[in-house]
Amino acid sequence: MKFTKLLTSAAVALGLATTAMAADKTKVGFVYVGPVGDGGWTYEHDQGRKAVVEAFGDAVETTYVENVPEGADAERVITQMALQGADLIFTTSFGYMDPTINVAKKFPKVKFEHATGYKTADNVSVYSARFYEGRAVQGHIAGKMTKSNVVGYIASFPIPEVIRGINSAYIHAKKVNPDVQFKIIWAYTWFDPAKEADAAKALIEQGADVILQHTDSTAPQAAAQAAGNVITFGQASDMGEYAPFPRVSSIIDNWAPYYVARTKAVMDGTWESVNTWDGIGAGMVGIGEISDAVPADVKAEALALKDALADGSYHAFTGPLNKQDGSAWLADGETADDGTLAGMNFYVEGIDAEIPN
Amino acid sequence: MDLSAINPVLLIASLMVAATPLLLAAIGELVVEKAGVLNLGVEGMMIVGAISGFAISVETGSPFLGLIAAIIGGALLSLLFAFLTQFALANQVASGLALTLFGLGLSALMGQSYVGIKPPAMAKLDLPVISDIPVIGPILFSHDPVLYIGIALCAAVWAFLKFSRGGLVLRAVGESHDAAHALGYNVIRVRILAIMFGGACAGLGGAYISLIRVPQWTEGMTAGIGWIALALVVFASWKPWRVLLGAYLFGGINVLQLNLQAAGIAIPVEYLAMSPYLITILVLVIMSADKSRAPASLGRTFHASQ
Amino acid sequence: MIKLEKRPMPSRTLSMATPLIAVVITMIAGGLLFAALGKNPFEAIRTIFWDPVLGEYAFYYRPQLLVKAAPLVLIAIGLSLGFKAGIWNIGAEGQYIIGAICGAGVGLAFYPTESILIFPLMILAGALGGWAWAMIPALLKVKFGTNEILVSLMLVYVAEQLLASMSLGLLKNPEGHGFPGSRNLNDYPSATSWINEAAGLHWGMAFAFIAVIFAYVLLNRHILGFNIRLTGEAPRAARFSGVNPTRLILFCLGTSGALAGMAGLFEVSGPSGQISIDFNVGYGFTAIIVAFLGRLHPVGILLAGLLMALTYIGGEIAQGNLGLPSAAIQVFQGMLLFFLLALDLLTNYRVKFAAKGAA
Repeated sequence: MKFTKLLTSAAVALGLATTAMAADKTKVGFVYVGPVGDGGWTYEHDQGRKAVVEAFGDAVETTYVENVPEGADAERVITQMALQGADLIFTTSFGYMDPTINVAKKFPKVKFEHATGYKTADNVSVYSARFYEGRAVQGHIAGKMTKSNVVGYIASFPIPEVIRGINSAYIHAKKVNPDVQFKIIWAYTWFDPAKEADAAKALIEQGADVILQHTDSTAPQAAAQAAGNVITFGQASDMGEYAPFPRVSSIIDNWAPYYVARTKAVMDGTWESVNTWDGIGAGMVGIGEISDAVPADVKAEALALKDALADGSYHAFTGPLNKQDGSAWLADGETADDGTLAGMNFYVEGIDAEIPN
Repeated sequence: MDLSAINPVLLIASLMVAATPLLLAAIGELVVEKAGVLNLGVEGMMIVGAISGFAISVETGSPFLGLIAAIIGGALLSLLFAFLTQFALANQVASGLALTLFGLGLSALMGQSYVGIKPPAMAKLDLPVISDIPVIGPILFSHDPVLYIGIALCAAVWAFLKFSRGGLVLRAVGESHDAAHALGYNVIRVRILAIMFGGACAGLGGAYISLIRVPQWTEGMTAGIGWIALALVVFASWKPWRVLLGAYLFGGINVLQLNLQAAGIAIPVEYLAMSPYLITILVLVIMSADKSRAPASLGRTFHASQ
Repeated sequence: MIKLEKRPMPSRTLSMATPLIAVVITMIAGGLLFAALGKNPFEAIRTIFWDPVLGEYAFYYRPQLLVKAAPLVLIAIGLSLGFKAGIWNIGAEGQYIIGAICGAGVGLAFYPTESILIFPLMILAGALGGWAWAMIPALLKVKFGTNEILVSLMLVYVAEQLLASMSLGLLKNPEGHGFPGSRNLNDYPSATSWINEAAGLHWGMAFAFIAVIFAYVLLNRHILGFNIRLTGEAPRAARFSGVNPTRLILFCLGTSGALAGMAGLFEVSGPSGQISIDFNVGYGFTAIIVAFLGRLHPVGILLAGLLMALTYIGGEIAQGNLGLPSAAIQVFQGMLLFFLLALDLLTNYRVKFAAKGAA
């Protein structure tokens, strides 16, 4: 019990110190699951951190720890940041959920922001991006561009986030091309360049001329380039080095506006626990430049779709939609609620595949 | 479900590509183990090779120079292992693990400014007419040069071990270092050369991933292939041609499962992914009845005065 | 010309002094590395070695050192018994995973029943799981003479695949919104290994200490320990003196497997909390290094485990405070291992400078 006391008193002391110090510097910590050089997920979070530095200059001090395994190590790293006087800590992987909540209990004055989770507390916000909106735009372009009517999809793990993306892309591809067919490969990894390359090749060899990926490396892009007549989309980061062909557009994780806004809120003392799920409209999901490989009319349609998603006049999951087994899901004009989307564990009608397990 | 979507010719062609880094690393490790040394640092040497090759080919614009750099990089790193195990007489298992840890860290440090860059492309073999022959063309005559080097290396190692005097000495050292020493062979020198060869091959295998198969640089991009190479050597019961066969089998299982998935066939991915290792264990058991077992001195430290 | 001469007995003084020398050399070499990366080397070294133990927030880091060291020590103690006898289990990572799966599986099967019996049952299941996984290479070695290094290593990959399958399937948290990973055992009072979570103390630490004492007594006071050492140092003499190699193999691999399995169980039910795809973070492999750094001596392993834990935790602090990349910490750890391994030479051998030609 003595340690608990010590920890709490340290936390209180720090809380006080923080308020006193707030005038000069706000300390913001970032916990990363991968290396900042992964070129994808962690890289984009670190871009967000850099944007915070750029926005506030000397008024902030940011720190980060990379390659932090989920579990015990994460909890220690988060505690360490809190102990050393961080005012705001971003924990940027789903697996950091429980550690974040645990540490937050011990440091009530420190603000926490957990990415992609669902557990909140008075001093813990969660934030995530509606990447499925970006998938809708991709799906539209894919449906229009495919000549073989086969779209390959490299998926990572069978979790709601990934399933949502597949559904969204499929719905919008199907809308513009009723004959379109999706071939889905589960790579069981977020990042394994060699395996992603093999997956892309397998899809291409089976006739896919569009590759969508929910894994982080550029290996599928290179595979498509080698094939010559296959288009791809950048994932997580722009992957602009493969533009204008095969990469015709991309979904970019853009955490910068959110990170800057939340840091500002802490500085102003207006920070509150929120559950943010932003999409294209708020700028959290970026659509990378649609290259000239896409015909002008398709590009215009895609941009119109993007704008409609951004201003909220259109929802990516709008009925009538049935589930894969043919049962009704959304009535005509009805849109999906966030609860169903967050836990999505079914395909929509028309996808000829099974979700593993 | 549509099995006809899988084109066996393309499947074979792409499993050959998938198998090449594995083949390169494993053929190197085979020579090391034949000399009686177990180097568990393959993953570390591969990734250092991957970044050395990547960095040099980006800087010089020449993929060829990159491959040379990868060979040198892998061999240099393996010298650390050679020093520890042959001069300082440290335990090989611990030294190998330390080498992997060090290699992963070192490569990440070296590669910090190479993230998100596209390396210069390596030209593929493209023989007029021959490369276009159906079936044989795509399988045999339309790959990158390193793939052929891998197969040639396999043949060379086989010939070296079987027919050359050097191969005989190497095997003698691996079977009984004391006897080889008594016959006047320099056990330490043979082993150091073998270790360096292993490092060079692992480095080349790593560069194959970062320069040809993927091609990009990201931290930890070898993603465990070095460890699979270790399994492969055992699977092959220390025989070069079986390494080639095993590499195609290991690579093939992976490529095949991805193809089956794409064809819409629901397969238990995890169980398929563990099958190469289970098969390897099975091979070990079967082999125990055979004479061709592990080199007798494998993993043991040699010191002349013993 | 430099010549090495084997000492009749390993030097006691040097076996204690060389680790210290190695640490000092690593500090110098690491300092150069950090300086090359544009950081203040003295500050970096102080952050890694001093701050976790005696720095401002040491009250938090000290128990964390134990959290990190406990699984390493527990596994390494088991491995050292086999290593001493020349039995090489390098698949502790797999036994650790299986132990965690079995132990957590038992705990989750009882959820949400509360009973004081559940946790002991989980420990038993963890130990049994690890033991059974280690019995595979043991039995294959005894029956067929297969190489246990290779079989145990292969089984690590099999275990990793099983882990993925479990976190996505059988053990997946039914209330987890479809995400992979089991329920968090820390939210299940009967199944948590924490003795006092706030203080950072869990049962794994207690068992690690017990294992150290147990191994010390076994090796120094018991005939089995004598047989283990004899087998390692003089296999033929051991055979003549009636040591049963089969029983020794089964004992050594079984014990190391059971300890690794227990380590996995304590980790999953405490610091880690849940079975997830990336639950294992390489303790099983790091423990091999720890066993050697500790010179296969129980007390040495305890100290080596703490030293490794120190570099991990200090390394994290250095990342957060000084902005050192994690890769630099990895390189630093690698150097420490190299120097420790290299200097081990001095313990067992005498270095002589002889004139050239004089044999």
